[in-house]
Amino acid sequence: MSGVAPVLEVRDLCAGYGRVEALHHVDLVVGSGQIVTVIGANGAGKTTLLSAIMGLVGRSRGSMFYEGVDESESELEKLVALGMILVPEKRELFGAMSVADNLLLGGYARHCQGYRDEAKSLVDEVFGIFPRLRERRLQASATLSGGERQMLALGRALMGKPKLLMLDEPSLGLAPLIVREIFLIIEKLRQKGVSILLVEQNARAALQLADYAYVLETGEVAMEGSACELAADPKMIASYLGLAGGQ
Amino acid sequence: MDLQVALLLGQDGLTNGAIYALLALALVLVFAVTRVVFIPQGEFVAFGALTLASFQADKTPGTLWLLLAAGGLVSLFEVGAALRRRKLGLVAPTLLWNLAYPALAAAIAVLGHPVAWPLAFQVLLSLALVVPLGPMVYRLAFQPLAEASVLVLLIVAVAVHLVLVGLGLLIFGAEGSRTPPFSEASFEIGSIAVNGQTVWVLVASLVLVGSLFVFFDRTLRGKALRATALNRTGARLMGISTVKAGKQAFMLAALIGAFSGVLIAPITTIYYDSGFLIGLKGFVGAIVGGLTSYPIAAAGAVLVGLLESYSSFWASAFKEVIVFTLIIPVLLWRSLKSQDIDEHQ
Repeated sequence: MSGVAPVLEVRDLCAGYGRVEALHHVDLVVGSGQIVTVIGANGAGKTTLLSAIMGLVGRSRGSMFYEGVDESESELEKLVALGMILVPEKRELFGAMSVADNLLLGGYARHCQGYRDEAKSLVDEVFGIFPRLRERRLQASATLSGGERQMLALGRALMGKPKLLMLDEPSLGLAPLIVREIFLIIEKLRQKGVSILLVEQNARAALQLADYAYVLETGEVAMEGSACELAADPKMIASYLGLAGGQ
Repeated sequence: MDLQVALLLGQDGLTNGAIYALLALALVLVFAVTRVVFIPQGEFVAFGALTLASFQADKTPGTLWLLLAAGGLVSLFEVGAALRRRKLGLVAPTLLWNLAYPALAAAIAVLGHPVAWPLAFQVLLSLALVVPLGPMVYRLAFQPLAEASVLVLLIVAVAVHLVLVGLGLLIFGAEGSRTPPFSEASFEIGSIAVNGQTVWVLVASLVLVGSLFVFFDRTLRGKALRATALNRTGARLMGISTVKAGKQAFMLAALIGAFSGVLIAPITTIYYDSGFLIGLKGFVGAIVGGLTSYPIAAAGAVLVGLLESYSSFWASAFKEVIVFTLIIPVLLWRSLKSQDIDEHQ
């Protein structure tokens, strides 16, 4: 990943739940404007990695630099205000609230920073990307379909004007057509300069999209390299890109 | 009972019901945002009423010392936490709010001679002394346990209630107080006499409920509080601080409690421990709403007020029994109707 200034740099990260350590000494770099993907089987620690970066899960060791500044001790609210935004695997929408309110809350951190006038134009922008959400804007988010929920989760994240967008299994449980749509949007976001850290089980699709990839196995980085290199790696093909690896 | 008596009892019931409704809303709010069943809600009613009564009796209200002490304790905690995390930059706003503000309020209360002030200013000063206690109680008792189970939080809430009642006895003494009404006006609607304080209570309650609705439905901060109640993780990922949300919920609860106290102080004599029973009736209303629905909780609380008023006529010795027995059919109906609720949702 030489030549690109890193947006996020994680060094020697250990994290877990209580006494159980689920991540061991992970090093990871996301270059500015790049899509970096983390691939791994169920239980490899992918979700824990994103949660630990955001501080949702306790970090027992390691440091984290965001745009060159040490943010190892920073709280989640500050990271969000700095433009680090996570779309979690479970989406974590506000079910009883309308689509429009969910989106507005996505801009909460920006609102508190004083950018009070941008919300309306950002909502329009999100509706431009996901026209379906515009049709559903007054509907409670709990009544949306799986694909619509994922669109709302992504749209809500975009309301926070992310510099680093972290996506946890955005394709999980979605129909192939919607997955393709979502991956196209991720590609478009990268073109706009958003750096993306993508956690995916669908290794083939993720490698096609990404610039660089990490493979997590039992909480450790087992392999890393440019996405092209890894896609051609025999071990990778055998473990992740064979029948189980994608579509 | 003739119509005249029925209407009079209805008027009483509505007045009390309005107060219970305010408290029920506060209880639902605090539970939704922090999962705390806020047993000490009633203490804020008593503190609000007795603080106002102290000003009117030209005494320095004990709430002042409580505020200074609680503010001092919170400051100690916060400075300690900031030192541990080596982030002293965060200390200044904390000290301003927990040391400078109570000191300023104390200076005004002691030197300002509030006994000579108009009632509205005395009420404002009373609220200014009591309301900050809400977030301070949250910081001292509940924030360190934010991730604990509902049961642990309930036990702590009972403990906080007992501590506050004890402190109430210490700072206000055992005598009760009653304050003069906001308005001496009295007028007749049809055949029944309506007194001014009743109108005050009803109008003020409606205004407060209306402002809460606007706050939760129209402002981003209000929506953020609701979002925290719906999904804590989701809210945190949007940069909404659950600690701040907890403090805001407790501040609103303290405001509603203290304001309710100020409203009913002219109607009934308030003692240091009167708040508990009043809060408990709000709690019955909140239970009717399943601790989740604001409108049903408010309606349930008004029902409690009416039930109390009519049962005091028919069977005054059993007044409280009848009111609190209401909770049994409601719980039965709820348990039949609802599925298991995940306590973390």
